[in-house]
Parts: sequence; C-alpha cells; structure tokens
Amino acid sequence: MLSILGYNAGPLLAQSILGLINGAFYALLSLGLAVIFGLLNIINFAHGALYMLGAVVAWVLLNHLSLGYWPSLLLAPLIVGAFGVILERTMISKLYKLDHLYGLLLTFGIALIVEGLARNEFGSSGMSYAVPESLRGATKLGFMIMPTYRLWVVVASFVMCITTWFVLEKTSLGATLRAATENAALVQAFGVNVPRLVTLTYGAGVALAALAGVMAAPVYSVNPGMGSNVIIVVFAVVVIGGMGSILGSILTGFGLGLLEGFTKFLYPQGSGVVVFVLMVIVLLTRPAGLFGKAT
Amino acid sequence: MMGFSRPQLVALAVMIAVIVVAPFVAYPVFLMKVMCFALFACAFNLLIGYVGLLSFGHAAYFGMGCYLSAYAAKSWGFSAELCVALGFVTGAALGAVFGAIAIKRQGIYFSMITLALAQMVYFFATQAAFTGGEDGIQQVPRAPVLGFISMQNDMAIYVLVAVVFLAGFLLIHRIIHSPFGMVLKAIRENEPRAISLGYRVNDYKLMAFALSTGIAGAAGGLKSLVFGIATLTDVTWQASGEIVLTTLLGGLGTVFGPVIGAVIINTLEFYLAPFGSWVTVTQGVIFIACVMAFRRGIVGEIAARAKVAL
Amino acid sequence: MELSRRALLGTTAALAATTTTTARAQSKPVIKIGVLNDASGPYRDTGGKSSFICTQQAVEEFASQMNGYTVEVIYGDHQNKPDVGAGLARQWYDRDGVDMILDVPTSSVALAVAGVAKEKNKCHINIGAATADLTGKACAPSIVHWSYDTYMLAKSTGGATVKAGGDSWFFITADYAFGQQLQRDTTSFVTAAKGKVLGAAPYPFPSTTDFSSFLLQAQGSGAKVLGLCNAGGDTVNSIKQAKEFGLDMKIAAMLMFITDVNALGLDVAQGLRLTESFYWDLNEGTRAFTNRVKPKTPDNWPNMIHAGCYAATLHMLKAINKIGPAAAKASGSNIVDAMKSIPTEDDCFGKGVIREDGMAMFPSYLFEVKKPSESKGKWDYYKTVNVTPAAEAWRPLNEGGCYFIKA
Repeated sequence: MLSILGYNAGPLLAQSILGLINGAFYALLSLGLAVIFGLLNIINFAHGALYMLGAVVAWVLLNHLSLGYWPSLLLAPLIVGAFGVILERTMISKLYKLDHLYGLLLTFGIALIVEGLARNEFGSSGMSYAVPESLRGATKLGFMIMPTYRLWVVVASFVMCITTWFVLEKTSLGATLRAATENAALVQAFGVNVPRLVTLTYGAGVALAALAGVMAAPVYSVNPGMGSNVIIVVFAVVVIGGMGSILGSILTGFGLGLLEGFTKFLYPQGSGVVVFVLMVIVLLTRPAGLFGKAT
Repeated sequence: MMGFSRPQLVALAVMIAVIVVAPFVAYPVFLMKVMCFALFACAFNLLIGYVGLLSFGHAAYFGMGCYLSAYAAKSWGFSAELCVALGFVTGAALGAVFGAIAIKRQGIYFSMITLALAQMVYFFATQAAFTGGEDGIQQVPRAPVLGFISMQNDMAIYVLVAVVFLAGFLLIHRIIHSPFGMVLKAIRENEPRAISLGYRVNDYKLMAFALSTGIAGAAGGLKSLVFGIATLTDVTWQASGEIVLTTLLGGLGTVFGPVIGAVIINTLEFYLAPFGSWVTVTQGVIFIACVMAFRRGIVGEIAARAKVAL
Repeated sequence: MELSRRALLGTTAALAATTTTTARAQSKPVIKIGVLNDASGPYRDTGGKSSFICTQQAVEEFASQMNGYTVEVIYGDHQNKPDVGAGLARQWYDRDGVDMILDVPTSSVALAVAGVAKEKNKCHINIGAATADLTGKACAPSIVHWSYDTYMLAKSTGGATVKAGGDSWFFITADYAFGQQLQRDTTSFVTAAKGKVLGAAPYPFPSTTDFSSFLLQAQGSGAKVLGLCNAGGDTVNSIKQAKEFGLDMKIAAMLMFITDVNALGLDVAQGLRLTESFYWDLNEGTRAFTNRVKPKTPDNWPNMIHAGCYAATLHMLKAINKIGPAAAKASGSNIVDAMKSIPTEDDCFGKGVIREDGMAMFPSYLFEVKKPSESKGKWDYYKTVNVTPAAEAWRPLNEGGCYFIKA
C-alpha cells in the first residue's frame, strides 16, 4: 500500500474524498449565506432550517406526489425560495434600518419555528430518501468503493458553485448586485429597483440552500435536526472565507471539508473542533476573512 | 436606596414576597429551576443590556460552571457554597480568556467569535472524561452547606438557591449603579467618545465580560446541585439561544426583565413539554414577535408606559 | 402529524384513564405506572408508543384480578436526554404519584432515572435500556431489569460470531453509556475466545446519520468483523450504508430488533444474526400474545421490549396483589421484593424468575434473518439458530458489583 508521510495513502485518500462530500454541502450553503450577507447585511440563521426544508419538500414530493429526485431538484428550491421571498417581504425587510443583530435574532426565531414544526411532523430521527435509480451503484477506486451518488454530489455542487460565481462576477446582473451592495442609493438612482433585487437575492440564496437539502437527502436522510447540525459550521466557513466573498465561500467550503476529512483520519475526536479553531485564528489575524476585502 | 428607584423597590419587594411564598403553592424544584435561569439571564443582561455586547455562546460558561460544580460535589465532596463558588470561578476564568479573544472585534464579529468559542467548549465537553460525554455527570449529591447543613430536603435547598439568586441579582444591580457601571453605559452609548475621554475601554469590557460569565457559572453550579445532574444540554448553542430569548422577552437592559423572562419561558416549557417540539415552535414565535414589534420586552413595555425605569 | 397525534393520544389516554378512575378514586387507591421512552428519535420504533400500548394491554387483562385498587398508565418522552428523563422521573415520583416507571431505553437516561428511583426508593422496571450496570454498579433494591442487557447480547451474538471464525473485530460505537458498555462486554467475550479487537470508532449520539467515514475506518483496519454497538435507527443506517460502500466485512449487529429488520427489508438484512429474548412466532404463547396486541399496533409487531413491558407489568400487578396497594405505594423495594418472591409466568417469556440483583432470568435466542425466499410474509423474519438457557445467558450474580449482593 502506498504511503504518504508514513500514513497509509489509501485510508487517507478515502477519508479526504468523504470530506469533499461534506465540503460540497458546506460550499453550497455558505455560498447562499455569503450572498445574503453581502447584499442584505443579515446573518441568516434560518439558512440551516431552510436547507432542511428543501430535503423535507423533496421527501413530501416523493411520498405524496410521486415526484422523484430530478423534478425535486427544480421544484424544492423554487418552493422554498418562494417561502424565502415571503419571509423577506413580510419580516426581514423591516429590519434593515436596525442593528444587524436583530436580523440574526429574527432569523434565529424563524429557524426555531421551521425546525420545531418539522420535528413535530416527522419525529427527530429522520426518514430515509432513496438514491435515485440512475445514480445507484458504486465505482471501485482501488482504495475504496465510492457510491456513484456521492460522486455526483461533489461534481454537481462544484458546477452549481462555479455557475453562481460566474453569474455574480461576470454578468451584468451580478454587477448590478455587487454595485447595490456597495451603494444601494446610487444604484437605485440609476433606475434599478433595489428592494426587489434584494428580495430576489434572499430568495435565490435560500433556493441554493434548499437545493443542497435535496442533494443531501439520500446521504444524510431527511432529518429535522440536519440544519442545526450544520449551521454553525457553515457560519464558520463564511467567516473564514470572508463574509461577502463568493469565491472565498466556495474554496473555504470544499477546503474545510477536506480538512475535516484529514482530521477524521489523524485524530477523529478533533474533527468537530478544527473548523472553529481555524475560525478563531482567522478572526484574530485577518478579520475580513481569507478572501474578504478589509473594510 | 442602593440605587433602586421607588418603583424598582416596590418591584423588588414583590419579587422577594413571591420567592418566600411560592414554594408553598408550587413545585419547589420548578421554582428553583426558574431562579437559576433568572440569575443566568440577569448575568447575560449585564453584557447585552448595559455594555451592548451580544454574547451568543453564554451557555458555555453556565454549562462549565454546572460541570465543575457537579464534579466537585461528587468526586471531591465539596460543600454546597464551595461548589457554587467554584462555578463562579470557572465561569469567570473561562470568560476572561474567551473575552480577551472576542473583545478584539466588535459588533457581529464579536458575537460570531463567542459562538465559535462556545462550540469548542461543547466539543470539549463531549470528549473530556470528567464530563461524562453524552451521559453527563449523574448522581450529583446534594452537597451540604458549610459541610453540615443538609440540603436533601427540597425546601432546604430552596433557601440556598433563593439566597444565591438574590445575592447575584443585587450584585448585578450594584455593578450597574456604580461608577464602573456608568463607564460601561458610556461605552455602549458612544465608544469612540469614551476612548477619547481616556477610558481603557477594553479593560472595562473584559471586566464586565468576566463578571457576567462568572455569575452565569455560579447559576450553573446551583443548577447542578438542585437537579443532581450536569449534561451536554447545558452547553449547546440552543441553550445560548434560549437565554437570549429569555432576556429579550423580559426586556434588554431592564433590571427585572430577565427574571420575568425566565419565569415565562420556563413555565411555557413546563406546560408544553408533553407536546413535543411545540416548545421550540413557541419559542420561535416569541422571538419573532419580540424582534418585530416588541423590542423593549415585557418589562420594558410596562416601564415605558408607566414612564419609570424597571 | 405522527408525533403530535402520538403525544395527544398519549395524553388523551392518560386523561381518559383519569376520568374513569376518579369516580372510584375516592374509594380505591390508584396505582400509577409511567411509561417513559423515546417518542420521536432513533428509538421510537423499537419502543415508543407500542410500549405504552402493551403496558395498557397488561393492565386490561389483569383488571378483573385487581385486589382493591385501580391502575392508571401515563406516558412521557425523555427525548434521549438524561436531564429531561431525570427531571420527569423526579416530578412523576414527587408530585404526580407515580409508583412505577417503566421502559426507559437509552442507557444514559436509564442510569439517571435509576438514580432517582434509588434516591426515593421508588420502583423502576427497565425494559428498554441495555446497560448491564442496572443490575451491577447502579443496582438498587427497587430496580428490575427485564428483557435484555449488554452481557446477554455480547455472550450470544458475540460468542457465536467468534465461534464462526470472526476473530478480528472493529467496532462502530454510539458514544454513550450503552455503546461503550456493549463494546466493553463484547470485547471481553472476543478476547476470551482468543480474538482481537483492531480498533473502534465512537460517534456522537443521537445526531449522527452518516456513518461513511467510520465505515471506511473499519474497512481500513482489515478486521474480519464489523461490530455495531448501536441500536434502532443508527443500526439501520449503518447497515444500509455499509452495503452502499460495498463493505465486505461480516456485520455483527450487537443489538437489533425485529422492528429494525422490518425497516431494512429482508434483501439487505438476510443472513444477519442477532439476539432477542422474544419472537412472536416462537411458540403458542407468543403467538397468542401477538394476536391480541397486533390490531392495536399494526405498524409494529411486538419485539422483546414491547413484550417486556407487557410481561413486567403483569408480574408487577401480581406482586401488588400479594402485598396490597398501601405497601406498594409506601416503598418501591416492597414491590420489587414481592416480584422477586413470585416466579414469573406469562405468554411472552414463559416461566422465569427475578434474581436477587433485579435481573429477570429468561433464555436468550440467537436468531438469523431469513432470506426473502424463506419468508412467508411480513414479519416472518427469523429462524432460531441457538438457545442459551436462562441460567447461562446472563452475567453471573457475583460478577456484577451490585452493592447489596453478598458474594
């Protein structure tokens, strides 16, 4: 067996690839969160709960409307995104003039409600969601057997992330959004309906979370606690990457997944903590994050 | 008198009267739980209400105080007041270290750091041998006060809890109405001006942080003695969120707000517990209601209507 | 709507019981039984509402023989949290007049509740939890442990697996009292049979649903056997994912119930060996009991926990008949002493006895899950491989470390 620095390459690589799968979800979720923070200046604590809602909607679509995985990939983000739009219009937008912290508290409250209702309805240990037919099976990679579905998750998330980055950095819509982040009044003066832009951005960020939820369902099963389990880590990812930086979130998301994978191999008990240690270090040395712009 | 205005003295008298009478009509263990959390909320309120710092991981100090006190009672045979004191010291020490790190940044960054640090405490608690991981520290004895006054009887330990609660409550009030407290308020109102006036602002913030976390730790220590158990539930970020809710509902920056908040939240939990996650849903609804329409909290609203400070 | 319906049903049932008994309460004392378990988490199917229903079944069947008292059964959810369980136990014993707490799966909660029962000298009959400490280091004169424990599981499943050639093990363990104890007990049987334990991966409970990294660790260790020291939803997920990742190790599910086999399906579960002390199709008695109960629990036919709740309740009521309700309410150890003095007999477990340390002694059965072709229909899942007689299935009396057993 190959060895890297004295460690068995096989298991190390295997854990790293598993780590990439986690990283894919971190990247997708932190992307949505970063976009929302960048434009709305709101820390969306409800992001985890909305991710879970995406998975729940997919499950409901499957079990009550016989709509499988592929339609759900489109429908769930649309449904949850619409819900996000409603949240923004009715509540979140009223808080823009106040301290950031109220936005945090409001979205925390929303998260509690969504999670509580889901738990009442579905119990707390989750329901399984089958891997779609076309993605079943596994590939022998030599050092491990990799289920096809998990490979798909990594690839699909990466594509989604790059697409989002492209839209935001290279298209005129993206340019308008970024301009509105810098100076909303000026952009409004140019005739752009900034409040509507903001609402749609929140909806889009939430839709991204829901998409991650649908993809997560076959891996983690549909579990009302899945949002809580992941939200704090995602915050850490966004902070480390840079609160408004899209590229930062993507790279940090995947990177942190890899780091967790390594840690699981070297020192499994530390895998939960490594993200936060890194976050504290980054906050103390480069508070704007690894890729953020210093304000 | 003692920095209390006339209406506040009336409220204080009512509170003491309720504390004295309540155990004869309601379940003492429930009342003790309320008092522990009320003390915790008052400690949290010191930071957010008077210094303007939102510590989103305050449960870490409460929880570690709970664990250390439980361990001391069970494995070292400490007496009750020493256990609570150990809780205070634990909370303060941890707060001093974490506070020194967090205070370097302001606003939302400060809150995020406190959250991250609290999560590290949570993971430490799941791994460390002395905390018992998922099982927690169980069968914590009701340590006797001063080594010989037995706390086995619910009413006996009720007296201890009431005394510690009132002491903590009055201590916090004293802190707020001292010159030190004045500077804290100045920092909250306009930090640059306070700096320009020559105050070592970070030292004041750190001092307030450590005091707040110390009292939270003491509240945790009390709780471990009453319930005989210290578990991971006490160090989760959900527990941190709950104390934010408690204080927000009662009224940030009011004297009696946190106490009222604790009474309401714990009563809610008690009655809704058989109904599964409706507790969580209700808490979420209250959060939203408070943030959208009710930012002053219950006591804050009452005080504003009556044009007094409570 | 499942959970709120359950909770509401449970509460309504309790209320209904209250309303029917208050009329008589003026004349007869009420013996109150509290069924406490996990209503919504990973153990909701292995215990859950069916435990409550089987307890009520026992109460109904015994109603005509109740000697001067009536019985009320209430339900509570401990959410797998020791502080919630202990708080509820304290409140039930102190304030709500509960005389016996039943079930309590999740060993960390069980130990906390047992501690409260010991402190207040109130009766606790544990069915759902595995830790053998309940009759060992954490024993008390008012505690009974019925249906299974980690020693019995390790001896039966662990012993059989090693005998069949599984001499190197890797454990995936739920990181709390139950998983750790099960791992310890299994390890001692494996090493006693000259086997080796190559490693273990403890994982946080109950928030883990993805076992992939632990499964890969197991594979990387090169062990022949994967020992799963977990239960309920965790076991189901571990086994499903092991199949997904093409794990070629032999799987020893140290604790598994027929309800888990049902969740997995025979395709995935076939060939697995597990130990239970009850199976609905074992004999005439078990079949009769199952027929009585299954209309009320159509989704979940009874496993050894549900059967245990039924049988233990029946036996406790016989004991209360012997000493009278006043003595029963005065002290939990009175009830348990009476239970130990009468041999047990019921449709589920047949004839047995409760030992001085509180252990209910019955034979343990090593079952193998049938292939789909061998099964005649739903719930026809097991074939019996081995029976360990009652005298040998459980930890010897003097090895437990129970403080009131003189060696």
